Formats: sequence, C-alpha cells, structure tokens
Amino acid sequence: MLAWTIYLSFSGALIEALLPKGKATHARCVALAVALAGLAIAVGGFIHGMGRGRVILVDAAWVPSMGIHYLLAADGISRVLVLLTGLAAVAGVLFSWNIELRTNEFFAFFLALIGGVYGVFLSFDLFLLFVFYEIAIVPKYFLIAIWGSTRREYAAMKLALYSFVGSAMVLIGLLAAYAASGSHSTGLIALGHAGLPVSFQMWAFPLVFIGFGILAGMWPFHTWAPTGHVAAPTAASMLLAGVVMKLGAYGCLRVAIGLFPHGLDPWGFSFIGVGSWRDVFAVLAVVGIVYGALVALAQTDFKFVIGYSSVSHMGFVLLGLVTLNQIGVTGAVLQMFSHGVIAGLLFAIVGRIVYERTHTRQLAELEAMHLSKRLPFAAWAFVIAGMASMGLPGFSGFVAELQVLIGAWMTKPWWALAAGVGIVVGVAYTWRAMQKAFFSDAPQTAHGLEHDHTHPFAAITWPEVAGVILLTGVSLFVGLFPRILLDAIEPAVKTLLAGGGQ
Amino acid sequence: MSGTPVLTLMTVLPLIGAVIALWSGKHARSVAICATGASLALSLYIWTQLPANGSIGLVERASWVPSLGIEYHLGVDGLGALMLVLSAIVTLMSVDAAHRVHHQPGLYFGLVLVLESGLFGSFTALNFFHWFLFWELSLIPAFFLIKLWGGARRGPAATQFFVYTMAGSVALLVAFLAVFVATRSMDFPHLTLLASTGELEQMVTAHIGPVTLWLAVGVLVGFAVKVPMFPFHTWLPAAYAEAPSPVTMLLTGAMSKMGVYGLLRIAIPLFGHQITQMRTPLLVLSVATVVMGAWAAAAQKDLKRVFAYSSVNHLGYCLLGIFALAVPYSVTNAGQLASQAAALNGVILQMFNHGVTAAALFWFISILQQRTGGHRGIDDFGGLRKPAPVLAGLMGIALFSSLGLPGLNGFVGEFLIFRGVFSLAWVASAFSVLGLLVTAAVILTVIQKVFSGPVPEHCIGFPDLHKGEWLALAPVIGLMFLIGLLPQIIVDNVNPTVQNLLAHWRF
Repeated sequence: MLAWTIYLSFSGALIEALLPKGKATHARCVALAVALAGLAIAVGGFIHGMGRGRVILVDAAWVPSMGIHYLLAADGISRVLVLLTGLAAVAGVLFSWNIELRTNEFFAFFLALIGGVYGVFLSFDLFLLFVFYEIAIVPKYFLIAIWGSTRREYAAMKLALYSFVGSAMVLIGLLAAYAASGSHSTGLIALGHAGLPVSFQMWAFPLVFIGFGILAGMWPFHTWAPTGHVAAPTAASMLLAGVVMKLGAYGCLRVAIGLFPHGLDPWGFSFIGVGSWRDVFAVLAVVGIVYGALVALAQTDFKFVIGYSSVSHMGFVLLGLVTLNQIGVTGAVLQMFSHGVIAGLLFAIVGRIVYERTHTRQLAELEAMHLSKRLPFAAWAFVIAGMASMGLPGFSGFVAELQVLIGAWMTKPWWALAAGVGIVVGVAYTWRAMQKAFFSDAPQTAHGLEHDHTHPFAAITWPEVAGVILLTGVSLFVGLFPRILLDAIEPAVKTLLAGGGQ
Repeated sequence: MSGTPVLTLMTVLPLIGAVIALWSGKHARSVAICATGASLALSLYIWTQLPANGSIGLVERASWVPSLGIEYHLGVDGLGALMLVLSAIVTLMSVDAAHRVHHQPGLYFGLVLVLESGLFGSFTALNFFHWFLFWELSLIPAFFLIKLWGGARRGPAATQFFVYTMAGSVALLVAFLAVFVATRSMDFPHLTLLASTGELEQMVTAHIGPVTLWLAVGVLVGFAVKVPMFPFHTWLPAAYAEAPSPVTMLLTGAMSKMGVYGLLRIAIPLFGHQITQMRTPLLVLSVATVVMGAWAAAAQKDLKRVFAYSSVNHLGYCLLGIFALAVPYSVTNAGQLASQAAALNGVILQMFNHGVTAAALFWFISILQQRTGGHRGIDDFGGLRKPAPVLAGLMGIALFSSLGLPGLNGFVGEFLIFRGVFSLAWVASAFSVLGLLVTAAVILTVIQKVFSGPVPEHCIGFPDLHKGEWLALAPVIGLMFLIGLLPQIIVDNVNPTVQNLLAHWRF
C-alpha cells in the first residue's frame, strides 16, 4: 500500500503540470488533496505495519542482466520517515497557499520532490534508491531558482553542485560495492549478505558516508544548507530541512552503515585519539552541533538562525548514527522525525507567517515592530516551536536528543559532553531570536516604521493556523508518547545493527 | 477510590482550566478561581488519603518509554502531598490577588494555571523524565508572566531568571544522564534504594569513573539556583521585584519550594553520602544564605526587594536544616536520629509556612501598590494604621508570622529546625541566629515605617480593606494562627514520612 505514496505524488505532479495556467485555486486544492492522500496512506501503512518487520511491497525485475530490481519495501525506519514526508508535504502545501506566481508549476515541482523522497525511503534496491535520490535533487533546484529570494540563483546552484558531488561519491561507492560483491544483485539485502571484504569496506564506507553526509548537512560540507534554506521559498525550506536533509542521513544509515559495517572498525592505530572512521565522523558531528549553534547565535537574519540551527540539529542525527548502539541509533532516527517536524514549523513561521507580512527578516528591524502585540499568533507559535527546538521535555526533540546523548555517552562520554554544550547554545540562540523578533521592548525607531502601524498586518489565514496546529500537535504528541514511533524504530534498528542483511 | 488516577487528575485539571481560561477573555479570572479551587479541594482529599506509615501512596504506574526504561510513575508521601496543598493554596491566593489584570487576562490566567500544573506534576513525579518535564514546564509560564506583565525592567529580569534556572537544569540533566548510563534507571525510589546500599556509587564508578561527587555537585547546583542558595541567588531580587506581585507570590510561595523539594526527593536520597563529604562547605553556604539574606533585606528601600531578600533568608533555614542532616549514622549518639527528625520536620513545616506567609506579604504589597498608584518604597508610606486599621492589623499579623513570633506559623518550623540543627551542627546554628535577629530588626522597621509616623500626602484618604479583600485574606491569616497553635495538623502526616525518609537515606 505504501508504494502508492510514490505513484500518487508523481501523478499529482503530472496533473499540476497539465493544469491550465491561472487557476491557482485549483492547483492548490489538487496539491492539498494529493498531499493529504499521501499522508493518509503513510498513516495507514504505519498502523498496518505495527508489530511487523520488513515488508516487501513490490519486487519486479527491472534490468535483469545487471540484477537490478524494482524493489520497494518498508521496515520501521522507512515507515516513520514516510510518515514524516507525508506530514511535511501537507504542511508544505498549507504554508504555500499564498503562492501566486506560476502556482501550478510550483506545486508540480513540489509534488515531484515529495514523490522522490517517498521513493528513497521505500527503495531496497541500491540502483532504485539512487534514481529516486537524484529525482529529488532536480525539483529542488527549480523551486529555489524560480520562487526563491535572497541570492536564489547562487544558492540553487550551490545546492545542486554540492548534491551532485555527493551523489557522485555515492555512485562510485555503490558501483564498487556491486563489483566487489560479485553477487549480480543491487538489492540492499543481497549486498548486505554478500560479505564485502573488510579492506574494501574501509574505503567505501567513508566515501559513501560523506557522499550522503553532504546532504545531511555534515560539517564541513554543510555550507549549502544555510544559503539554500534562506533562499528557498518557505515550502521548499520546509522540505529541505524537513525531509531532504533526512535523505542524506537515511542514506548514511541504510547504505553506508548497513552495507559497510566494517568500515567503522578501528584502523589499528590512532592519531590524537582518533582511531577509526567512526571517531572521525563523531568528531565532525560534534563540531557540526557546536559550530552550527554558535554561528546561529551570531546571525542577524532570522531565517539564517533557523538555517544554521538545522546544521546543529542534524549533527545530533549523525552523532547518534555513529554511536552504533541501540539507544543512539534509535535516537538518531527519532531525531530525524522530530527535526523534520520542528524545522518545518520554524521555517514556516519565519518565512511565511512573519516575512510575508513584515517583508524583512533582519532581527534588528523586527525588534522595533513589537510583533508579540501585532502578530500574537506568530509569536506564540514561535514560542512553542522554539521550546520544541530547544529540546524542552514534553516535545519530540527532548526524547530524541536525550537518546542520542545517552547513546553517545555509552560510547564515549566526551562526545555527549561536547554535544551537551551544543544544546546549551541551542537554547541561547533560539531564545535570542525569540526575544529579538517577538518580545523586544526596543522603542520604535525611525526606520519609517510609523506607517506600519496605520497598515495592520494581513490577518492570519486558515492554512497557516492548520499547519501550525498540525506540526506542533505532532511534536507534542511524539514528545509525550514517544512509544508510538519508538516501537516501530527499535526493532528495525536492531535488525540493521545486527548486520543480518539490513 | 483506589484505581482512580487522582494524581494525574490533579496535574491535568489546571491544564484544562488553562485552555478554558485562554478562550474566556474577561471571565478568565473566574475560570481560574474555579480551577484552583477545585485543585485545592482535590489536594486536601489527597492529604487525607496518605498511607499511615509515611510511605509513598496513591501510586500510579505504567510503561512509558520502554526503550529507556522510563515509566509513568506517580505517587506522594506526606512531603509531596503537603507541597500539593501549598501550591494549590498559593495559586488560589495569587489568582485572588490578581483582580486587576486588564491586559490579555485570558493569557495571564492561562499561564498561571499552566504553572500550577507544572508544580503539581513535579511534586508527584517519581521518575526523572516525568519530573524534569514539569520542572521545565513551570519555567516557561513563569518567564512570560514576568516578561509580559512585569514592571519597568522586566525584560532583563525575566531573561536573567530564565538563564539561571536553565543553566541549573542543564547541570541536573547532565548529572542524571550519567546516573542513567550507569544504572539504566531514572526511577527515584529505585535509585534511592541503590544509593542506600552504596550500589549507586559503585555503578557510577564502574561505568563512568570516580565522578559521583561531581554528579552530586551538578544536582546541587540545579537546586541551589531554584531555592536559591547563596551565591546562586542573584537572579532572585530582580525577578521578584519586577514580576507583578501576584506572580511573585507564585515564585516565592510555590516555585522556590520546587528547589527544596528536589533536595529532599532527589539530591539527599541519591547523593546523601557525597553531600556528607561536602557538608562543611554546604553548611557555610547555608549560613551565608541565612545571614546575607537578612542583611541584604535590611539594606533595601523597595518593599518587594525587602521581602525578596527576606525570602532568601527564610529558605536559608531550610537549607541549613537539610545539610545539617548529613551526618553518618553513629550508634553512640542516641539522640542523633531524634535531632535529624526534628530538623527535617522543621524544614518541611518551614517550606509550607514560608509559602503561605511570603505569598501573603506580597499580596499586601500589591494592595498597597494599588491604593497609592504603584508606590512600594519603604519610605513612601507612614501612619497607615490610622486610615486603614484592618489592613494594618492583618498585615501586621503576616509580618509577625514572617518574623517567627510564637503562636503564629513561622515560629514552629524555625524552632524545630534550630532544635535539630543545634545538636547536629551547633556552630552553624549559632551563626544563623544572627539572621534571626537581623530579620526581626528588618520586619520591625517595616512595621514602624509603614504603620506609624506621619501620613505622607499620597496616602491621605487611604482606603481600608473593603469587605471582599478582607474576606479573601481572613482564611490565610486564620491558617497562620491555626498552624501556629495546632502544628500537629501538619506534623501528624509529615512525621511518619520523615521517619520513613530518614530510614531510607544513607549519609
């Protein structure tokens, strides 16, 4: 059943592309209907999959000579991420309700991107996974280049180039794995059983991990992320931070760690305390957490704060992955879900609810606007989203980051301590942004803002309210009842870590 | 009624009230009064349902996050139940006092009720995960109550309050992560058991290293900020002074008790042995809290700041009593257990009494402010006993309760603390007596300046309490007499708990 999320999204994209121009309302309604249907299937699939392990959805020979199969399957990790994609799609449509420029094309690209993302999360054939992965990159480029803002061409190109470099590295690794296995199959399960030589895994692992890690915002390859997020239109930022970065992290887990587990073994020597690729990537993850948070603290553009915060939060995902223990990896997957929801919400508030009304994202200018009084809905939505992003207990981020920290601590305590510093700085930058943007007591400046008072901001619309309620509700629900996702993630992680062919 | 999740109901009730209040605009205060009144009734019911042997009762248990071994585990003993009653009383007083919130009343009372829920949740939690959730939950509404309804310098005060408490929370969280990694448990009773046999320390040493002492420090810092303890108190005067007076009532009356409660429920049970090792420095800081609080109060000109520092002083006695307990059990000293029991009973009584009295004092300040257009300097008033004899009489009683006059509630707790501490740590108690003297001087000065002497211009025609006000205040004043004269209504329930706690703690 879950496979229909992919077909539905692509058909939706096709319908949007064929819709007559100028019928913006139709385009919106079609997009919302498709996104909702996708979400419904994702929820249905999630509920149906409870208590089951990996379920094969479709398995058909595609290029028999090379052993390529059209193989779609879902385990607990896939189901959780498909659910996230469904949520992000619905929220994305709701928060792009006001797009007037080439509406139908916008939603066509949007749905194509969503379809690609669903595809990646459900592919259990390497070649197929790679195809979907590439499909997801192209619409992203157009979404930013056509509907973006600040330096959009530059940002779109940068993002595309980074993505392609990453893909190239992944492709080399995959081809080499295919050749080295000699099993004439590109199925993840078959390759996992092939018993690739340890020396081969040793170099293939870092290649593929970095290749996917680029898209996951791994420091120091993260620089596409803040510029890309800022330039992208709101819905695209939401998808970029919400699900596209998860594609990278998912690849790191499913492909790099799943196929090349011995790549994480110790080298046999150590250099300043770093004795394996695992240590290397843990260091990069921790640096990303702390660096992203510190840079976010220094930003003057509201959207850049959120952009860098994504780098920091994704660092937790990567750190959780390389802990290689049950708690840490489970935490990493939960953090993917949690960050997807929360980052989407933050970008929606900053990019859609606030920016579309104030036409500035400069914190200094927002300070003089007293938004807590003039846009109370935005202010309180940001307070809740900010609390979730800080990782306050009761929200999904707390459970996820807590598990990552515990997992890291059980591996190497100093990883956890350094990441803990990132959390503290995380509280600080979220707090700073909230204070400055919404709750400042600064006097009105002569920025020509007086006229703003004579023109009250446009009223909050129903799609905005619905989107905020949807995303905050999910974060809160998962924060209070993490079991609902953990029960699905844990067995899948256990199987994956045990090797045993994914 | 076994089987009814009373404690969950207790926590959820204010949240429901908050949602209703948020949407009821001008009627928010009535909604809040109903919700807090119902909470008070429920808390009194819980108070009557405690197990007679002082152990934890009304337990609710369910699996929550099995992968981390986290359970939904609630329960109260005499200490927890008393704190529920206190929180309910103080919140009701605060809502009563806040009858002039014109700016967004729905939001204001909604936040107050969320704060109340945070208090209830943290006083009933028996699992770190659950407890921490509510500990943090109470912080957010408190911040916004200061930030949005506070005085002129509310911005920095709110931020300082938040940053300090958050830093303390991080210290707590890190310490608990370590405990979890070592023991795979976040359950307070289970960890208490491990600590009482010394296993906790062994497990921490085996899994992490010889850092148990540092974990104890981390936990202590978290609570020291909240109580607050010298030198972590610097956020307090600004926050108490800038918060609107009804919110200050909540901060001092109920929220500060979260810190003391945390010491008793978490720090001492888990790290009693480590705290014994640090006993001398901790006692020095406690005495410093007592004495410096009193001296600082003497130096203030703003009534709210006077009582803010006086709160530091009063909570200092609790700290003194708690840390004085930390002496290893010795067979030769037969009176030791009796002294410890006296001190601990005193600490718990003092928590309750300070809550009621301090909240009442800030209520009176808010009345003074309302009648004089916001004046609250100690020199802004004079001779009020002539135009407002009822106000002077009632406020005088509250002030004497704060001073610790026998016959009123304040005396009982402090007496028991000194009775216990004297034989456990006589040097510390000797120095702390200095605090008592200075506090007495401060409070007598306030009485003299506000109620006697010439009446200043803006106080001419000062209206006395009207019927509604004194009817609201009378039960509180009555409670002060009741506890002062019949302390057994509290001690009868608290003493079994004290014995039970002392039997499970290892110093």
